[in-house]
Amino acid sequence: MSSTHVTCTINGDQVEFLCRGDQTLLDALRDTAGLIGVKEGCATGDCGACSVILDGRLTCSCLVLAPEAEGAAILTVEGMGGPDGLHPLQEAFLEGAALQCGICTPGFLVAGKALLDRNPDPTEEQVRYAVAGNLCRCTGYDKIVRSILAAAADMKEASEAKETV
Amino acid sequence: MKYIAPASVEEAVSILAGGAAQAYAGATDFLPQLQMGRPKPEQAVDLKRIDRLVDLRLEGDTWVIGAAVPAVRLTEEEQLAAELPGLVESAALIGSDQIQSRASLGGNLCNASPAADSVPAMVVDEGRAVIAGPGGMRTVPVASVVTGPGQTSLAEGEFVVEFEFDRPPARTSDAYLRFIPRTEMDIAVVGAGVRLSLDDSGRCTAAAVALGAVAPTVVRVPDAEEALAGRALTEEVLAKAAAASEAACNPIDDKRGTKEYRRRVAGVLTVRALKLAAARAADR
Repeated sequence: MSSTHVTCTINGDQVEFLCRGDQTLLDALRDTAGLIGVKEGCATGDCGACSVILDGRLTCSCLVLAPEAEGAAILTVEGMGGPDGLHPLQEAFLEGAALQCGICTPGFLVAGKALLDRNPDPTEEQVRYAVAGNLCRCTGYDKIVRSILAAAADMKEASEAKETV
Repeated sequence: MKYIAPASVEEAVSILAGGAAQAYAGATDFLPQLQMGRPKPEQAVDLKRIDRLVDLRLEGDTWVIGAAVPAVRLTEEEQLAAELPGLVESAALIGSDQIQSRASLGGNLCNASPAADSVPAMVVDEGRAVIAGPGGMRTVPVASVVTGPGQTSLAEGEFVVEFEFDRPPARTSDAYLRFIPRTEMDIAVVGAGVRLSLDDSGRCTAAAVALGAVAPTVVRVPDAEEALAGRALTEEVLAKAAAASEAACNPIDDKRGTKEYRRRVAGVLTVRALKLAAARAADR
């Protein structure tokens, strides 16, 4: 079967890979790029476990064919932390015990980042809408929502502290 | 299945003329259908690399919305949201943020689900679909595209390029309301799209009412429109419109609601949407 050659940016690095026309971006990220933080839950766009930020927009990678990634910039959970440590959302999830089995967690973290990127100071209602496309069958959502709000507050405080220096 | 991303409408037409190819936009229905066992086409034709399909612009007095423009871009376009709020709120109800990044008006229409949220709104706003195919380009009312569940009037090899919506005149506005069994992320039990024009005294001069999820295709409700036109929107007149909506339904029983329930909700939503559209029209 013929393969398509794709060049894109994943977590800031330029990446090239070969994929089949019927392969999803989810499968290419996990099986070819080795980014197994991206999870497969439903594979039909209902659960959000495979969420990535694709060209600035939160997207289910199971609903994207891998060849569509040509030229795109993709962020997965692996790209959230930096050399200095975890992303504030990841810290807040740990601190707030916002995970149990962990399968949904990467999707929630990426969805949380997509929200805070465009709205650094969300209300609880806005957080609940922003993660409405992510399913968690363990936590009952409250700890996740509170942790995203806590991360927003931490990030706001950190950026204000930076400004006053 | 081979992936092809044509760069122009002409290129897409020639690929799709083969008959073994399936055009798609956001893939939010297409890929789940393949997961559920629908046979894979030989070629998956991604329309999102064609500029016209992902362009959203005001051309004179007409909004032109590419068939593959993701729903989120409609909500981000403030002038569009101010001029056609019902259309934009209908698109904004389609799925989660993840789905909003991908799902399009063209896909929502051509997937031909009876419960498609954007279709009643497109119908009351008298949207036109610009269709490309082996026979050239043609423009048809959106209302004529869906012929049954999963069925459209598109001929083999045809696809929707873009939609056209005339800017509404003064004191005219639209609204779309949907009822689902939970607060978010579900499929319509009933959807009601309405559009109203008011004169200076607040009397309704023209109305359009269309219902989704209550019949195999979206239904216009001419009896409601006649009950409203030329009259002040009194509770009595609104009750007549509600009764007409109930009568126009031809619903099914399913896990989201019984026939009787859907009928009742259709009347209630019609009145609420009319009140919302009237308040908006009075502000324009």
